[in-house]
Amino acid sequence: MLIYQGKSVFGGIAIGKIKIWKKEPVNVKRTHIKDCDAEYLRFTEAKAKAIAQLKKLQKKALEEVGKDNAAIFDIHILMLEDADYLDAIKSMICTQSLNAEYAVMLAAQNFSKMFSAMNDAYMQARATDVKDISDRVINILSDISQSKISGDEPVILVADELTPSQTVQFDKSRILAFVTSKGSLNSHTAILARTMNIPAIIGVDIYENNYADGKMGIVDGYTGNVYIEPEEEFLSQMKTKLDEQLKKRELLQLLKGKEDITLDGKKIKLYANMGNIKDLPLVLFNDAEGIGLFRSEFIYLESDTAPGEEEQFAIYKTVAETMAGKKVIIRTLDIGADKKVEYLGLKEEENPALGLRGIRLCFKRQEIFKTQLRALLRASVYGNISVMYPMIISLDEIHKIKAIVSEVASELSSQKIPFAIPEQGIMIETPASVMVSDKLAKEVSFFSIGTNDLSQYTLAIDRQNEQLDDFFDPHSEAVLKMIEMTVKSAHDAGIWVGICGELAADTSLTEKFLRMGVDELSVSPSMVLSVRKKIRETNLSK
Amino acid sequence: MKEFIYTVKDPLGIHARPAGMLVKAASGFKADISLELDGKSADAKRIFAVMGLGAKCGHSLKINISGADEEEAMHALKEFLEKNL
Repeated sequence: MLIYQGKSVFGGIAIGKIKIWKKEPVNVKRTHIKDCDAEYLRFTEAKAKAIAQLKKLQKKALEEVGKDNAAIFDIHILMLEDADYLDAIKSMICTQSLNAEYAVMLAAQNFSKMFSAMNDAYMQARATDVKDISDRVINILSDISQSKISGDEPVILVADELTPSQTVQFDKSRILAFVTSKGSLNSHTAILARTMNIPAIIGVDIYENNYADGKMGIVDGYTGNVYIEPEEEFLSQMKTKLDEQLKKRELLQLLKGKEDITLDGKKIKLYANMGNIKDLPLVLFNDAEGIGLFRSEFIYLESDTAPGEEEQFAIYKTVAETMAGKKVIIRTLDIGADKKVEYLGLKEEENPALGLRGIRLCFKRQEIFKTQLRALLRASVYGNISVMYPMIISLDEIHKIKAIVSEVASELSSQKIPFAIPEQGIMIETPASVMVSDKLAKEVSFFSIGTNDLSQYTLAIDRQNEQLDDFFDPHSEAVLKMIEMTVKSAHDAGIWVGICGELAADTSLTEKFLRMGVDELSVSPSMVLSVRKKIRETNLSK
Repeated sequence: MKEFIYTVKDPLGIHARPAGMLVKAASGFKADISLELDGKSADAKRIFAVMGLGAKCGHSLKINISGADEEEAMHALKEFLEKNL
């Protein structure tokens, strides 16, 4: 068994034969032509054919991956019609008497260089687009058709690099997974793979290994591993995992589009938790009604310097717009000394769980908090954003937050930057916040109970300490009473209350929570449909 | 001859999709339309040139329009930029 490690673009497991996909080498030869008008005509005819092909691809992409992702083919068509690109080709054909294939190749090199030289990773990646359109024209000129995948069996497709048009062109029922040596997490191909729900791994050098062609392989999109000729025992383990994955998806299909409502007619808001913007397709795929907990930490953890306002604004705006009016609850930075974020320069702490974290860190480092709030207020213009604050223990903290928010709002307003004040709520995850929840409820718009921390603080049990497993009861009466008390305080003050910790997805507690009056449950995307099933089977009138 | 200044608000700058839309919008007019940034000038009807400017969020573009339908083109482009960039 050979194991390769790459970067996963989209999770999921695929098992099947490996197909190494090599583009037929386009051997562009330089020839001297005599009739330059006839040669240019040959080029314009090829170009027209290429545009017709792209229009077809665009239609296919529109159906399979949606308007935004199909837009790339629109750009490709515009590039093929670009006057500078055409002038360059024409002048090479006419003044240097070059054949059309060679002229297109040279033009492609020049325009790719322009993009590669730009100081912007996104623009640099556009060099692939120029190559893609030019190769298409060259293939038509030299009468080479794109190689098709032969055979009837679906395959794990291994390639050096895939252009967007190749990714869309493949018949999806024939592809189990994509594995490429090149490509970035931002490439269109990566985005398309995610949208099509096909496991995809990049940065794996199997392409050069001809031996792998036709061999049995496993792609594990959760770990980024690719296995070639797996051992029997491992193979059957992965087959079980794959079966589970398929069963889950079947369940999912049945419950998609159904309401989250009990048999006796009580509606529940069923949202999904998100730990990274990459989870967004999963949230949509699993049909969550909204995002109940967007952990903004990933933006800080994946960065080498404190993330700026524009960077954050772009992320929040994208999420709000993608959710198109559905609720998006963003939790402000919840980080402490246990997370090694160099640029924050946090001191080692004896007990980080009880240390400088969550809202406490935001009060101490107001510049970081204000930057995030500015981004959040600005993004609120673009969708249904709510903001919630972590680790609250007192009413005084709410007043402090309110003062900072109004300071940020008046700054934005004097700078004439569009913003909106989002709905604001707090996490209930400390016993202190439960004890004063009646007062807190009068000052905020909602509560979201974080059961992981609430359990650890209520029971004084460190979640990371394995020795304590025997003492830990996830259904502890003490914690359930805390939840009940919080729900009562919220409803007495007329605000809604949800649960966003692990307990929210525990279907053996769903009925209990609904009977308490919990209004919202937010669970990991993969759990949305099993919780929906449970809600729809519950009858509260009995 | 008409001209106006527009400051890019899209956090990603003039990336591929709006560049394509801009080229399409500009191509609907007879007038010559150019975008100027840091002394570089680009024909708004040419996608490579528009993307090649590398305009980012916060950059101010000078838009020059001259030709028979310049008045109309200016209004249309202003509206387009406000909406998309």
